[in-house]
Amino acid sequence: MAKYTIDPITRIEGHLRIDVEIEGGKVTNAWSSAQLFRGLEIILQGRDPRDAPWITQRACGVCTEVHAMASIRALDDAARVKIPPLARIARNLVHGSQFVHDHMVHFYVLSALDWVDVVSALKADPKKTADLANALGDYPGSGVADFKAVKEKLATFVASGQLGPFANGYWGHKDYRLPPEANLMAVAHYLTLLRLQVKAARMMALFGGKNPHIQTYVTGGVTCVKDLLNVDRLAEFLYYLKEMQAFIDNVYIPDVLAVASFYKDWGARNIGGCTNFLAYGNFPQNSGRFKDEKMFLPGGVIMDRKLGAIKGVDPDLITEEVTRAWYKNGPALNPAKGVTQPLEDARFDYDGKYSWFKAPRYEGKPMEVGPLAQVLAAYAHGHKPTAALVTAVLKHLNVPANALFSTLGRTAARAIETKVIADEMATWVTEAIGLIKQGKIETAAEWSWPGESMGYGLIDVPRGALGHWIHQDKDNKIANYQLVVPSTWNLGPRDAKGQVGPVEEALIGTPIADPKAPLEIIRTVHSFDPCIACGVHVIDPDSNEVRKFKVC
Amino acid sequence: MDLKAEVLEKIEARGVSRRDFIKYATVVTSVLGLAPSMVPKVAEAMAVKQRPTVIWLHFAECTGCSEAFIRTTYPWIDQIVLDVLNVAYHETIMAPSGHNAEKSLHDAMKKYDGKYILVCEGGIPTKNNGVYGKVGGKTMLSIAKEATKHALATICVGNCACFGGVQAAAPNPTKAMSVSKATGVKTVNIAGCPPNAVNMVATVVHFLLLGKLPALDDNGRPLFAYGYSIHEKCPRRSHYENSEFVKKFGDAGAIKGYCLAEMGCKGPNTYNNCPIVKFNDGTNWPIGAGAPCIGCSEPNFWDTQSPFYEPI
Repeated sequence: MAKYTIDPITRIEGHLRIDVEIEGGKVTNAWSSAQLFRGLEIILQGRDPRDAPWITQRACGVCTEVHAMASIRALDDAARVKIPPLARIARNLVHGSQFVHDHMVHFYVLSALDWVDVVSALKADPKKTADLANALGDYPGSGVADFKAVKEKLATFVASGQLGPFANGYWGHKDYRLPPEANLMAVAHYLTLLRLQVKAARMMALFGGKNPHIQTYVTGGVTCVKDLLNVDRLAEFLYYLKEMQAFIDNVYIPDVLAVASFYKDWGARNIGGCTNFLAYGNFPQNSGRFKDEKMFLPGGVIMDRKLGAIKGVDPDLITEEVTRAWYKNGPALNPAKGVTQPLEDARFDYDGKYSWFKAPRYEGKPMEVGPLAQVLAAYAHGHKPTAALVTAVLKHLNVPANALFSTLGRTAARAIETKVIADEMATWVTEAIGLIKQGKIETAAEWSWPGESMGYGLIDVPRGALGHWIHQDKDNKIANYQLVVPSTWNLGPRDAKGQVGPVEEALIGTPIADPKAPLEIIRTVHSFDPCIACGVHVIDPDSNEVRKFKVC
Repeated sequence: MDLKAEVLEKIEARGVSRRDFIKYATVVTSVLGLAPSMVPKVAEAMAVKQRPTVIWLHFAECTGCSEAFIRTTYPWIDQIVLDVLNVAYHETIMAPSGHNAEKSLHDAMKKYDGKYILVCEGGIPTKNNGVYGKVGGKTMLSIAKEATKHALATICVGNCACFGGVQAAAPNPTKAMSVSKATGVKTVNIAGCPPNAVNMVATVVHFLLLGKLPALDDNGRPLFAYGYSIHEKCPRRSHYENSEFVKKFGDAGAIKGYCLAEMGCKGPNTYNNCPIVKFNDGTNWPIGAGAPCIGCSEPNFWDTQSPFYEPI
């Protein structure tokens, strides 16, 4: 049995190493290892809680905004403040823009090259490519001349001998199954998306202030009152949104379906699938504490792929443990009572410790989080727009619902979620206009610290279930701060029972054509959209101090 | 504007329209503070036949600077990657992983030894010999030392690479530091969290154009972008002069766009061209969105400019 290390995993955020054992052309074992520790949670201690959203936002600049969102929700919770409706809508618009931006960038920039052979596109007939694109959707730039121009540009680039980021790709790998025309179409759309994402970022900046790293969220609301009360800004948002929707409907969803149609066996054989799923829910439709919130996208817990048995999320059932992580051993604990004793030596040991990630569990089980979990939860709850799209996708591909439990299912779910959110955002703008017309222009509620207090902010973000817990002391300083992030759930290591983490589970059984060109492996790893910088847990290498944390 | 025929030929051969090309050359020229008569020179610099090789390394960071960089529209990122530069290594966009990715790095460092532009994103964890950050089994510290040694110039993007960044904030658990401090190599610092894409592009163009790096301030920041404070050029400055301040978020003053000094704005301490170029192609900027500046282009701003909501 041969072991292979893939380090660095590229086209992700952060520093990830994946190790696999391969036997008989299949992955038989897998290890996921986070290779960076930054210590943001330690840095937060003793600071003004109001600064936490900006510090934690720097956990990740790809899924920018999301930590500011979870953090501001934790602060609102700790301050016991209810934000005004217009502020809630503004936050949902910024958060929704993040999903649209992030998911489209993920498919085209971070994962498409796992399915699309750029070199094969040079053999494509532009006429046939245009026919294919026009059969799939109605989008500008899909003429014969357009594809011919892309092909020529690509040919010039290749002839230059400087292949830049495309050098040493797995081009010609036998599991690249798309015909040259589909490859050329995808390359053209990759280039289109590179420009469209700039506009998606502008959409976010309208009310967020800038992108990456927004600056509008404050405890009790938002600061962007001038932008919100400016009808030109609202119209500009809708204009960008329409551009996004045109791309999602005519390019993104058709491209995902086109790619999937060549890999139906990945769905049928559940390649890259996991067993349990967790979603917190997303886009609050009222203001209040987590347990009282009505979410546009409902969350839930799904065990053993039993959608019919979906249940509500109880944050108390979350535990983290460190048997196989670079920390001193201890029992599995709720993050509210987390204990963290890091080791100074981070030696990779297949049979022992091998990652800076802790292993989060829900009721003792590893849980997949992210678009698939989010879509499955909404689908299981009968959320109409989601259910309709899931049904349509399954029907189009002529595959059973079971095929969702796969790398392809995860990729399709991301596209479905993008469309569901984009289609809903215009109604939030209308709602905002209604509030403004009624003179309800409050954007930041008055609040003051209630003395020592605790709070938490749970929300789904593009990569999955994100939770921040804050404890602020009687002097209004941060006593403790804890993040439990999507990539820790998805890419965390084994636990004391030997249960593998979700990405490890997903990799086992993956067919491998050529171990030296691990295309199939990075496909599945990328489908989780890993973000390593934000997943690495609090440790204090100086004190090895035991940290305790309570949730109110 | 007159462009040499050979320059036009080169750009057209790359599938770039003359109009697009002139547009982005013009914007970059103005950001650099050069006279409009320099536009043809800038265009020429951007149309060199052998695209200059860039190796972009990620250390302890959040990838926000890469994200900011791909928001560039002068030129667009696809033009930068396909037409202007040879981005030989960039983990966020490159096709290969693992050994093949490492091969891309080694090949580029060997082939363009002493000639590549090194772009660094992220601080360098140095505690316990850098054990807190590794790529391909090597510590970031050792990678940074090796890569800076063979580079023609090292450009740091973002406050992590420039000054250590958020992970270097007190108590700096991993003893993270700037690339310059960790390696002893002088760097150009495009500060900001993240910096504006237009300042990154302009710095590279300046280098291509004049064969040297732009004039820098004491913190290694190019003067064309960091030569004046936010407060100096702030569009809300007149409200400051008139003592018209936002007293709390969402109040009547906030609606009128009053000065944010009392809400903790760090504009007077902060050197950057945000008020002029704004972000996302002029869409907005923090003060525009009613948020006080947090001083993100200043060294160690996480410690020196915080608490962010307390007035200076």
